[in-house]
Amino acid sequence: MADLILFIACSIILLSILLTFIRLIKGPDYMNRVVAFDVMTISSISLIIFISYFLKRSIYIDVSLVYALLSFIGVIAVARFSEKGDLDD
Amino acid sequence: MNKLRFRVPLVIMVFGLWAILVLPITTPKLIIGVVLSVIFLIIPFPGAEVYGDLKFSFKKVAYFIAYIFYFLWAVVKSNLDVAFRVLSPQLPINPGIVKVKTKLKSSLGRLVLANSITLTPGTITVDIENEFLYIHWINIDTENQELATGKIVQGFEKYLEVIFG
Amino acid sequence: MIDIIASVVILVGALFLLLASIGLLRMPDLYNRMQAGTKATTLGSILIFLGFIILNGDNWSKYLLLIIFIFFTNPLSSHALARAAHFMGINPILDRESEISPRDDLKTEKDTEAES
Repeated sequence: MADLILFIACSIILLSILLTFIRLIKGPDYMNRVVAFDVMTISSISLIIFISYFLKRSIYIDVSLVYALLSFIGVIAVARFSEKGDLDD
Repeated sequence: MNKLRFRVPLVIMVFGLWAILVLPITTPKLIIGVVLSVIFLIIPFPGAEVYGDLKFSFKKVAYFIAYIFYFLWAVVKSNLDVAFRVLSPQLPINPGIVKVKTKLKSSLGRLVLANSITLTPGTITVDIENEFLYIHWINIDTENQELATGKIVQGFEKYLEVIFG
Repeated sequence: MIDIIASVVILVGALFLLLASIGLLRMPDLYNRMQAGTKATTLGSILIFLGFIILNGDNWSKYLLLIIFIFFTNPLSSHALARAAHFMGINPILDRESEISPRDDLKTEKDTEAES
């Protein structure tokens, strides 16, 4: 029973990543694409947590932690770049 | 450079995060953590002046715990509100950027206030200038600045005024 | 019993993630997409991690660290994106058909400063 509900939740997250991907392709300018990428990253962090539970490898949680860190730094870098025009200071 | 007192809260927080990361704690890990904390406490780094606003008292801790629960309730409530707006077919939104005024003096308090407003769905802090916050609001229902301040800021401000002084 | 409660919590979190992506598709302009997108994902992913804490108690510290991390970084990144978008001159629009700009206190104030 619990495994079935987990499977449904996993499919819902995959569907949401797919819907976000439409916005990533369609987005009128690159700001929209960055927002879509941000949402997609958080969905995929949850998906990595699911994988670590199904395969029973707790080391994958660290992978998702590092992934969250990298995506945060990437989004901040893009925001700074489009605000100032360069990446100094 | 900045005083030792300013860096103490930050080093305690970072030590706590490190302790959570390496659980379960054994004696060698504890020794490494304490040695690294003392090294970071001695080296001055820019930006630590912000933490000088924090002062410890039991009243503040009690208000902080109450603030966490109030904040979680506000997040859940407004998440359901935004969910309703997204799912309803007419898309009932009335967005715009409003200017509100805050009473908080310390910069750490303003930071926490801006982050709380951003985490509550329906409102994003776009810019801060001294005591004015510019907020993108998904459904503006009032034209008056005082009413907008009352609706967005004052619920959080009541707690943060006590915590950060 | 307890694992069914945990998986229902996870399912609610997944539904919030789905809601975020629907909002990202339906909303008319960048700021409203940010409203729908980056907030519902915060609550959704935190609910998912809470469910896994109930389900799999061995690694609670790592999940707790993820919750703290997402709680602190998500508002910062969405604030930085909104600020950058406003700096680039992207105006908030009212709805899908009309291109009339709604109320914008920040922009009008900057304009009056530039004129005087």
